[in-house]
Amino acid sequence: MQNMLTVISNVLRGSASKNGAQAVSEGTRVVVSARTYADFTPQATFDIKKCDVHRLEEGPPLQAVLTREEGLKYYRTMQTMRRMELKADQLYKQKIIRGFCHLYDGQEACAVGIEAGINLTDHLITAYRAHGYTLTRGGTVREIMAELTGRRGGIAKGKGGSMHMYTKNFYGGNGIVGAQVPLGAGVALACKYQGRNELCVTLYGDGAANQGQIFETYNMASLWKLPCIFICENNKYGMGTSVERAAASTDYYKRGDFIPGLRVDGMDVLCVREASKFAADHCRSGKGPILIELQTYRYHGHSMSDPGISYRTREEIQEVRSKSDPISMLKDRMLSNNMASVEELKEIDVEVRKEIEDAAQFATTDPEPPLEELCNHIFYNEPPMEVRGTNPWMKLKSVS
Amino acid sequence: MAAAARFLLRTAGSSKASITNVHSGVHSRFRVALLKASPCFSPHAKTQKRHAAHFTFQPEPTHTKYGPTEKMNLFQAVTSALDHTLASDPTAVIFGEDVAFGGVFRCTVGLRDKYGKDRVFNTPLCEQGIVGFGIGVAVAGATAIAEIQFADYIYPAFDQIVNEAAKYRYRSGNLFDCGNLTIRAPWGCVGHGSLYHSQSPEAFFSHCPGIKVVIPRGPVQAKGLLLSCIADQNPCIFFEPKILYRAAVDQVPVNSYQLPLSEAEVLQEGSDLTMVAWGTQVHVVKEVAAMAQDKLGVSCEVIDLQTILPWDYETICKSVAKTGRLLISHEAPVTGGFAAEISSTVQEECFLNLEAPIARVCGYDTPFPHIFEPFYIPDKWKCFDAVKRMINY
Repeated sequence: MQNMLTVISNVLRGSASKNGAQAVSEGTRVVVSARTYADFTPQATFDIKKCDVHRLEEGPPLQAVLTREEGLKYYRTMQTMRRMELKADQLYKQKIIRGFCHLYDGQEACAVGIEAGINLTDHLITAYRAHGYTLTRGGTVREIMAELTGRRGGIAKGKGGSMHMYTKNFYGGNGIVGAQVPLGAGVALACKYQGRNELCVTLYGDGAANQGQIFETYNMASLWKLPCIFICENNKYGMGTSVERAAASTDYYKRGDFIPGLRVDGMDVLCVREASKFAADHCRSGKGPILIELQTYRYHGHSMSDPGISYRTREEIQEVRSKSDPISMLKDRMLSNNMASVEELKEIDVEVRKEIEDAAQFATTDPEPPLEELCNHIFYNEPPMEVRGTNPWMKLKSVS
Repeated sequence: MAAAARFLLRTAGSSKASITNVHSGVHSRFRVALLKASPCFSPHAKTQKRHAAHFTFQPEPTHTKYGPTEKMNLFQAVTSALDHTLASDPTAVIFGEDVAFGGVFRCTVGLRDKYGKDRVFNTPLCEQGIVGFGIGVAVAGATAIAEIQFADYIYPAFDQIVNEAAKYRYRSGNLFDCGNLTIRAPWGCVGHGSLYHSQSPEAFFSHCPGIKVVIPRGPVQAKGLLLSCIADQNPCIFFEPKILYRAAVDQVPVNSYQLPLSEAEVLQEGSDLTMVAWGTQVHVVKEVAAMAQDKLGVSCEVIDLQTILPWDYETICKSVAKTGRLLISHEAPVTGGFAAEISSTVQEECFLNLEAPIARVCGYDTPFPHIFEPFYIPDKWKCFDAVKRMINY
């Protein structure tokens, strides 16, 4: 780090000014230093929750260092995700977004933490709750929102909708429960084969964890020692069924049997980051696949047609919101250690809101894709192929 | 290449026909109407509703044949059928993703509370497991009613259906069968379902002797046909048009009753042209029949096929022998759709009766599109156009 100067103790000011965040700051050991140009603590070390481990001698470290820049970045990204999902909810209710739409709010720490633990050159594949990952993998809010509304500027040209978003090294966005997992192992094989020291993060939910093809994939990945991080985002409900009612064992991190596993607090971005780093090192050192269970929570229902309260109580949701919200947790940590000011975070909130509003504006005014797009990209074909069945007044061709 | 050239020629021929025919004025008016109805051309991009329904549900006349009736929509009719089954058959069990609390389309509401959680229970998300498990339940003698949450999700279970369920009786020399298995799945377009919540996979299963595939057009048929499927001693797949769950309301008999499988129903008699459809599409072609009568003076016979496999070719061939023209319409893509089988059979059986080539008005050979659904759907305008082309052939 540049211009890192002598250590000045900020502990006093940090805890005195923010006594509202005792619970979080208690577990905090502050490594104190400051910059000449600001009064903020540039970095701090935090105690994080110990992971449960399976077939591992030791797990990720129990402490994590967070720099101010990282903290602000995580905060902004998580806040962007949250606001984007709330906006999507609103647009859905106005019938501007149609179709099947699965929101990510509550689980932001997972996407942000994983991304912070791997490189952008690594690969990632997930299921249909894909908006957050599209953002962390380099998609813009505008592209995501425009995809949701099915407009030309959407990240999949408006042809995919909510569940189908893709960017470089991000393979979607897959609609069928569990179907993306074997694909992820295949991507990992390609990584290994090409010898570029890359890995594939393969995500699925607690519901998908009961699909047969997941187990087929565990076997292949382990057999061939593929650099694949399986991540089960356990948000406690597979659609309307709680994990206890759907799984004989809810120890998802152990369900790879012969694959080492970690159970991680998925509401804490630092926990997720450290676990991802640990898993990435494991993969890159050639030890084969590893499985992470992220314990997280979704605030919305499974999809927009699910109010999300017929199988769980409002109180339960409220409790998670008030006690372990990923954004509030990071915010408290930063404020109570004087890593950021309330005003500064508010300013970020304002900027985020503006970005979301702009994106929503774009997503509602951008034109729909032209009709020719209907038939494009069915096959790779050159010259264009006439598509059968298209309406009697117009022949459409397929180009890819 | 030759085939393509022929296709082009035929296309040119038919567009010429539509230009020279006496109703060309009507045609162009409809074209304008189509443009207005399609959202891409609407000037009010922000306030428009993205999809208006492409059909108008036509309720059944009230039947008193099966006793007193009650107003039910399609999902209530399904619930009612399941209720009768659980009450009358102590071995019957219902299972599937989220069925215990009523299912995502509310088809099993109240059944767990009424019959117990050992008879109506949730499964994990594992379609292959659900069907395989159902075959086991059925082969041991119990009545198994499995729900696949969307017909689009049935493909992981394809192996179990095709290789296990369909062939069990045959390969065991009739020693074992899973005839007590019924698989229910919401099916078809829903207005905004996009790629994975809109498909109509009946044709895949029509290629598989040993199973029955049934699709109702409304609440009365849903209840009667579902009860028949459950009673039938063959594994049945019962596809429920999900767009009709709430939109379709009939006076449905309160008592238990069965409608025959493998029997098409002639909904409207006519002399000039036969229209065959199933599920939601029946309501589209009924409207087209009325339009054809009104605008062209063409008398259409409308047939609801109801059972896709084994299908009732006799009723259809008899009708085509009378009318000389056949239009088949379904939502699934045209190539390899079940209309191809019907068309081919009718051509074999009724070649000399045909006055015009058989017309198929179906979905495009594309994945089910997201925002282009209004274009993809074989709506009444496309069907009406086909009627005109056939009449003017």
